[in-house]
Amino acid sequence: MPALTAAKKSPRPAARPGRSAPELIFGDLWEFDPAPETADPKLKPRYDLFINGQFVAPKGGKYFDSINPANEQKLAEIALATPADVDAAYAAAQRAYDGVWGKMPGRERAKYLFRIARLLQDRAREFAVAETLDGGKPIKESRDFDVPMAAAHFFYHAGWADKLDYVAPGRSVAPLGVVGQVIPWNFPLLMCAWKIAPALAMGNTVVLKPAETTSITALKLAEIFQDAGLPPGVVNFVTGAGGVGAAVMNHPTPAKIAFTGSTEVGKIIMRGLAGTDKKMTMELGGKAANIVFDDAPLDQAVEGIVNGIFFNQGHVCCAGSRLLVQESVAEKVLAKLKNRIRTLRVGDPMDKNTDIGAINSREQLDRITKLVAAGVKEGNEMFQAACKLPAKGFYFRPTIFSGVSMSSRVAREEIFGPVLSVLTFRTVDEAIEKANNTAYGLSAGVWTDKGSRILKMSTELKAGVVWANTYNKFDPTSPFGGYKESGFGREGGRQGLLDYCKLV
Amino acid sequence: MLARSSRRSFQRLFDQVGPVDQIGIEERVAKYGTRSIKKGAKLWGLKTAVSMVDLTTLEGKDTPGKVASLCQKALRPHDDPAVPQVAAVCVYPAMVRHARRALGSDTAVRIASVATAFPSGQAPLKTRLAEVKAAVADGADEIDMVINRGAFLAGEFGLMQDEIAAVVAACGSATLKVILEVSELETYDNIRAASFLAMRVIRPGDFIKTSTGKTSLNATLGNNQVMLEAIRDFYLDSGIPIAMKPAGGIRTAKQSLTFLIAVKETLGDAWLNNARYRFGASSLLNDLLRQLEKESTGAYQAPYYFSEAAESY
Repeated sequence: MPALTAAKKSPRPAARPGRSAPELIFGDLWEFDPAPETADPKLKPRYDLFINGQFVAPKGGKYFDSINPANEQKLAEIALATPADVDAAYAAAQRAYDGVWGKMPGRERAKYLFRIARLLQDRAREFAVAETLDGGKPIKESRDFDVPMAAAHFFYHAGWADKLDYVAPGRSVAPLGVVGQVIPWNFPLLMCAWKIAPALAMGNTVVLKPAETTSITALKLAEIFQDAGLPPGVVNFVTGAGGVGAAVMNHPTPAKIAFTGSTEVGKIIMRGLAGTDKKMTMELGGKAANIVFDDAPLDQAVEGIVNGIFFNQGHVCCAGSRLLVQESVAEKVLAKLKNRIRTLRVGDPMDKNTDIGAINSREQLDRITKLVAAGVKEGNEMFQAACKLPAKGFYFRPTIFSGVSMSSRVAREEIFGPVLSVLTFRTVDEAIEKANNTAYGLSAGVWTDKGSRILKMSTELKAGVVWANTYNKFDPTSPFGGYKESGFGREGGRQGLLDYCKLV
Repeated sequence: MLARSSRRSFQRLFDQVGPVDQIGIEERVAKYGTRSIKKGAKLWGLKTAVSMVDLTTLEGKDTPGKVASLCQKALRPHDDPAVPQVAAVCVYPAMVRHARRALGSDTAVRIASVATAFPSGQAPLKTRLAEVKAAVADGADEIDMVINRGAFLAGEFGLMQDEIAAVVAACGSATLKVILEVSELETYDNIRAASFLAMRVIRPGDFIKTSTGKTSLNATLGNNQVMLEAIRDFYLDSGIPIAMKPAGGIRTAKQSLTFLIAVKETLGDAWLNNARYRFGASSLLNDLLRQLEKESTGAYQAPYYFSEAAESY
């Protein structure tokens, strides 16, 4: 009979009395030298509005500064659109829809989308650097995720453009007309691609407002549209803050409104659109549960937790900001997590070795700081990595709250920063109940070695995406969107296309 | 009956040490490859890697002459005195006394010898132990043994551990390296489990090692990571530091730096030295020297500057 005799035979010495618990040393024995990305982002000192295929000065003549959150230096001036500019953009979009784009055969539209995708790939490094300078995310993320994924969305939807007869089996589809879109600052270029590619593939034309802190890559994308020969007016960019966004959302022209951003603003937009016949899709906030069972591969789960909450400084609507861990392994997971966080590199986003870059804006940094202070005041136990932060710029240490209860603010409110709240559970049912006990429902993660439990959890969790033994995985073919206050409508895949057409 | 009980013993072992997710661990190690090591950090990494090499020749055609030239290379890898000596030479037991003669007794370069019917281990235990004792008597400082993979795969963990314990006893004061032969264990779950079984019966400072270099798949970042994590968990649990040696397949300086980044970010600074981490390799050394030369002169030198064109050193 085979037997497990390990412990008995082991010559393991008895625990030495008086010695402290063994610890790992993550010190400076092998410090990495700076490894800055040096590609030229080719920024213009001033960016105008992009209307009817041309860069045009705003009618009000006003510009605002876009700064680099990593060092607070000014990068460029961005045009501040007026309501008259928004009118002009919508008029151009309507003309383009009626005159060219709406009537163009899908196979012809596909050629433009393919061209855009390829041009974006050609200039990938330049775009990655621009995205990192403007938004503060680490260069390795803009290089390995944002830019390639944006190109992938154009490629994917280019592929659909001549196959739209198969999007809705048994039905025919027709474009909606002009769509108005407002996107957030966390994935500026990628959100552009998510919004524009399906709209264009379907034959719609677009007026889009990027976030005020991150307009640069959208306007660089406009250069690509020019290079690709995209007919004037098919895509128009108007830049500015919330006022311009409201003008885009409430304009009478668009047949559909697509918004990605906070639940708070989403509600305001929906109030404004109540009573109109405009279609809407809303991709709003989240407070996702990342659920770790005791049989999970713990080191890989820890990696997924880190990826889930610290990816893009936690500025991710589907971030796994609530860690639910089974009580029997809670201590172990927390210890592993702390050791892992000690090796994360926080700092200059342009350094190729940086894991966590700069917070997008001072406003967001203040919000994170305030919520973390509230978390401390509530009596949650806080752990922060002891890393050095640059003297200038907006930075926040990776932070973990443990022993958090469901009623705590840090467990309920979306922080949108590198802050993780750790809660525990005992049974599968309790995990499901706690995970669903939130106003949001965008995403969730499940970590277990047991396949049947994954299937059960994915049917019971009220979340648009459930990742199993992984986290923050995206693909153009896979629909993304929420439940409850995380919004409605889907982006990506066949489902995403259906939100940009009418069935006839 | 046998099959069922072996399944049960595996189940119990996996429950104890925990599973490994293949996709997750391969994603983790892919991130090491994106680290960018420049300037001073690169020099430090390359020199440290040189000092961790177990310079190896394990061929049927090895001769005292070949081993002597290998030893010369180990003592003085390069003309530049700033380049350190390697950690050890690694030879078959019959070559140990020739290596000892070449190196002398007053040297920091250690002699490692594969023993226990390397690479298969398919000899009676008595024969394997006699081989270990003979190698130690001839002057080996370190013994690289192979585990009984057949026993492991049949779930006979006690037998596997008893044999390792017997080799520990036969080693005397020599350091032991336990080769898991990961390609024959096939899954990451098995590699993690076998690492724990081995670590429970060896001494602080002994090694676990990936492979013999004699099978199709040897050291990869993935199985290196599984074993580093096992070492870390075992250390935090028991306080016993176990050392690690990936072997086979690490041929370029860049690869070795990536392995060292894995060590830095998994086990930390205490493992970034040749008492705790080694590379079992032969052609790696010359690529490290070539890169070191390039760092100081800015140009790549021809292979014959590093005694590479010849089949031996």
